[in-house]
Amino acid sequence: MVTFWVAAFIFVTVGIGLIYTVIRFRRKPGQGIPKQVHGSTKLEIGWTIVPIIILGALAIPTVMTEFYISEPPAGDQLTINVVAHQWWWEIEYPESGVITANELHVPVGTTINVEMTSNDVIHSFWVPKLAGKMDIFPGKTTSLWFRADEVDEYFGQCAEFCGESHVWMKFRVLAEPISEFEAWQQKQLADAAKPTTPEETQGASTFVAKGCIACHTISGVLGAAGVIGPNLTHMGGRGTIAAGTMEMNQDNLREWLSDPNEVKPGNIMANSPMSLAYTNPNFALTAEDINNLVAFLHSLK
Amino acid sequence: MASIAGALRRPTSPTGLWRWMTTVDHKKIGVLYGVSSFLFFLFGGLEALIMRVQLARAGHDIVSPEVFSQLFTMHALTMIFLGVMPLSAAFFNLMVPLMIGARDVAFPRLNAFSYWVFLFGAIVLQSGWLLGGSPNVGWFAYAPLTSSSFSPGNGMEFYIVGLGILGISSVAAALNFIVTIINMRAPGMSLMRMPVFIWMTLITSFLLITAFPVITVGLIELYFDRTFGMNFFNSAAGADVVLWQHLFWVFGHPEVYILILPAMGIVSEVLPTFSRKPLFGYPVVVLSGITIGFMGWAVWSHHMFTVGLGPIANSVFAITTMSIAVPTAVKIFNWIATMWGGSISLKTPMLFAIGFIAMFVIGGLSGVMHSVAPADAQQQDTYFVVAHLHYVLFGGSIFAIFSGIYYWFPKASGRMLNDRIGQINFWLVTIGFNLAFFPMHFLGLDGMPRRQYTYQSEMGWDLWNLVSTTGSLILAIGILVFLHNFFRSLRHGEIAGNDPWDGRTLEWSISSPPPEYNFATIPTVHGRDAFWEEKYGHDGMNVPASVEASNATEEGHHGIHMPSPSYMPMIAAIGLSVAGYGLIYHFAASVVGACITLVAIFGWAMEPPAEPTE
Amino acid sequence: MHHSQVSEHATTTGIDHRKMLIWVFLGSECMFFGSLLATYLIYYGQSLPGTPTPGEILDIPTTSVSTFVLLMSSLMMVLAYSSISRGNVRNFRIWILCTALLGSTFLGFQIFEFTEFAREGLTPKTNLFGTTFFTLTGFHGAHVTVGVIWLLSLFGYSFKGDLTKDGGVNVDLIALYWHFVDVVWIVIFTVVYLIGITNAVHNAHG
Repeated sequence: MVTFWVAAFIFVTVGIGLIYTVIRFRRKPGQGIPKQVHGSTKLEIGWTIVPIIILGALAIPTVMTEFYISEPPAGDQLTINVVAHQWWWEIEYPESGVITANELHVPVGTTINVEMTSNDVIHSFWVPKLAGKMDIFPGKTTSLWFRADEVDEYFGQCAEFCGESHVWMKFRVLAEPISEFEAWQQKQLADAAKPTTPEETQGASTFVAKGCIACHTISGVLGAAGVIGPNLTHMGGRGTIAAGTMEMNQDNLREWLSDPNEVKPGNIMANSPMSLAYTNPNFALTAEDINNLVAFLHSLK
Repeated sequence: MASIAGALRRPTSPTGLWRWMTTVDHKKIGVLYGVSSFLFFLFGGLEALIMRVQLARAGHDIVSPEVFSQLFTMHALTMIFLGVMPLSAAFFNLMVPLMIGARDVAFPRLNAFSYWVFLFGAIVLQSGWLLGGSPNVGWFAYAPLTSSSFSPGNGMEFYIVGLGILGISSVAAALNFIVTIINMRAPGMSLMRMPVFIWMTLITSFLLITAFPVITVGLIELYFDRTFGMNFFNSAAGADVVLWQHLFWVFGHPEVYILILPAMGIVSEVLPTFSRKPLFGYPVVVLSGITIGFMGWAVWSHHMFTVGLGPIANSVFAITTMSIAVPTAVKIFNWIATMWGGSISLKTPMLFAIGFIAMFVIGGLSGVMHSVAPADAQQQDTYFVVAHLHYVLFGGSIFAIFSGIYYWFPKASGRMLNDRIGQINFWLVTIGFNLAFFPMHFLGLDGMPRRQYTYQSEMGWDLWNLVSTTGSLILAIGILVFLHNFFRSLRHGEIAGNDPWDGRTLEWSISSPPPEYNFATIPTVHGRDAFWEEKYGHDGMNVPASVEASNATEEGHHGIHMPSPSYMPMIAAIGLSVAGYGLIYHFAASVVGACITLVAIFGWAMEPPAEPTE
Repeated sequence: MHHSQVSEHATTTGIDHRKMLIWVFLGSECMFFGSLLATYLIYYGQSLPGTPTPGEILDIPTTSVSTFVLLMSSLMMVLAYSSISRGNVRNFRIWILCTALLGSTFLGFQIFEFTEFAREGLTPKTNLFGTTFFTLTGFHGAHVTVGVIWLLSLFGYSFKGDLTKDGGVNVDLIALYWHFVDVVWIVIFTVVYLIGITNAVHNAHG
């Protein structure tokens, strides 16, 4: 912010100087050749030194802040591992063992240390209201830290162009009181909620029969151990679908499952040969299939 | 005298199209560069307009994300490599020999070669639109998104081969101008008596020859990965994909100085002329340019502040970046001081030059904001960067180029561009430009990332995007006004005469347009602003003596022998392009292309630069 | 008044345009080879374990011979230029042919080495060492090849035209280029071969 005000001040000063000069020395009719001044050493020294001083002053907080943001402060911290994929966020809490996707829950007031790597191309982790961004690379780990001081839901998005659906690679950070956070963790560690209604039950078996298990894990559903796509064990409890693209509700779920390319062009679910339901006519989803799946997935709180 | 076993007689007095295709005259080559690059500039502008229409509203679906990504990639590539750079080259070609009192450049055929290679390289780069898809990974094309697995198809090949060929053009031209400026100055024109535009051309040329090899290596490495399965950017084999970013930006940062220094040179000529005062602090302005040229090598990682290089690296690059603001600021102060106490005429060239100062200050200041590395962690990859880069590249380079066009069009064509229409041009462009790009500062700080083909309405970005799009349309109208002025003036423009602006430098001492040989007698120079001295005496204040027409008519050649036209440069360029397409489609074509180029080079070496007059 | 490309015409510095051009061009080439070398050095030691290393593959004795051959070719080049600048076209032809011959011999050694390495399991695709090594030395070899073609062209031209004019500047140009290519090889030999082996020996001795 300091920089902005310095910049604004400089702009106004130089701008006024420029406008004043142009007006004052506008050519008048009959005016002869003005005095041919070639330079002034004093002025040169002056207007070299002043910028140096201003920039030098700016450099000090710059370096200090740069060091501040690069390492998390000493003390308690919670580490979260993030693996960025085209175009979703795989999230793991190494201490508790929670695995989820596209939504981070963090306890308010705690230093969070995010360790990140990419499964494919370069991505970038950015929650504008909480911290600057940090790029994510295949083959190495980068990290950033933040601390949410207020209970709130923060919007995040990928900030390095990563392909067709880069725009739709978003996520949410929910900062909550520590008790709520721990309750959430416990819930995440449990197996998936068992289906109760007939649609949900049918949906669970459709999930297996139509090959969703090739890419997705749902703990407690036999065979659903795929790790190519997000972990869906508790997806019904998340605020959004398809990496922050749409709010979680049954209508949106239906829209997503009916035509994923419409929601997220080029997405892997609808285009990969591994995804039988979308690329193999023998496994195509019927309207009834989709209704049942919607019910089932929505029930996975 | 025949060349290549008599198969291809050297053109003797070609006319019409052949005249243009075999010319080695720097003035014609300058026109070729100017016309081609302006067409590409318009094309790049069209790409921008499509994007702006797409972004005018949330959720718009004028174009698909795939097409949008090709648009933002090609818009940048077109504007930088086929717009600003060759427009600068147009000025180098048209003006450098005239301003140093020379008859042509050191290597006229190499000069023609540079142009044809540029044109064919541009065609290769643009091939994707017709041949299966343009590159769609952003103009800086970060690995591994550019690998064959994530970018199948030929888009990346057009990028690699296109830029590779364009690099050859730029390096050849730069070599030519370095030798020309160092070795062909009129007697008495020491380095510190050269016009500042010449200095900036010299510095830019040195930057070109040192920076382009670095990106060439990067392009080669990417090509090898994609074509031969090598491992330069293969993280599975232990490679670091950030290597691409280092190679790219070690080139990329000097590249932006390549884009701005010629513009600064133009403005350094226009301001004194229209203030009727010499450039204030000439040695300091020159030294600042040299300093910027050197320091430009020390700042590249400010494009990589969010890559996790560590606080020490980030701090070092933040400080070097801030340092480069000092010579830049010094130049701006010297320009304003040039006007101070002068007699300012607000003709169109001057309007654009003053506009340049204002816009460049804004762009420079947003650059300083970026140099604060921790702040950049928020600003990087957002519309704040887009605002900054357009203020310096459009508000800077393009404004200066328009200034140069209005200033030197009379010299090149013999006619004046209409000044009233020019004023309308200027104001439409200025208003449109600022409406288009100033709001992007707000969008960036409000969290809108760049390279997004659409956005959601809840984000609250609708209003500024709409304002921006409106501005871009006004800007486009301003450009159309320019085109109208250009075509109208070619036919009906007021006759310019030698020296319509009461200029200070040598080009104004000869006719408009100049004769083929430029100067009937090479002038002897006694100081800076040599022509002004000649007119007004050493203190510059005398009443102008009647300056004798210093050029002979066409009959009296005075035995001046100009270099002869040649087919070889164009043939060599064709060979290069065939070879280039061969690298994309089939290596056999590369062999054929290489042979064509080799034959052309032999022909070139065998024919003398100038045929004896029959 | 003739056009400036002929050296009789005065140049501001007194240096022939063509000589200045080639010097600046070689400056550009320094950046080119510098970037390739930088890539090599950045990836030095980073290849996946279990894949071929410089210590295992490089053959110092053989490459020392080829290096010597290339150095000798530079001597031949000096003799060629010396001959032509004194107007001795016959000797010039001998020495420039020798230059080209030794240059080709060097290339022959390179081809032999590369095929050996491939046989031993190192190709450009194998690992980072293979990728960077072959690219760096391959582009050097390409530059030598261009040089050989240039040398032979001058040899041929000496029967048709007059290479002695302008003090033999045309031969001066190839001489500068040839020496440059030789210097680049010295750097590559030192950094890639000698230092690569030193580290391997170091590691082997624990």
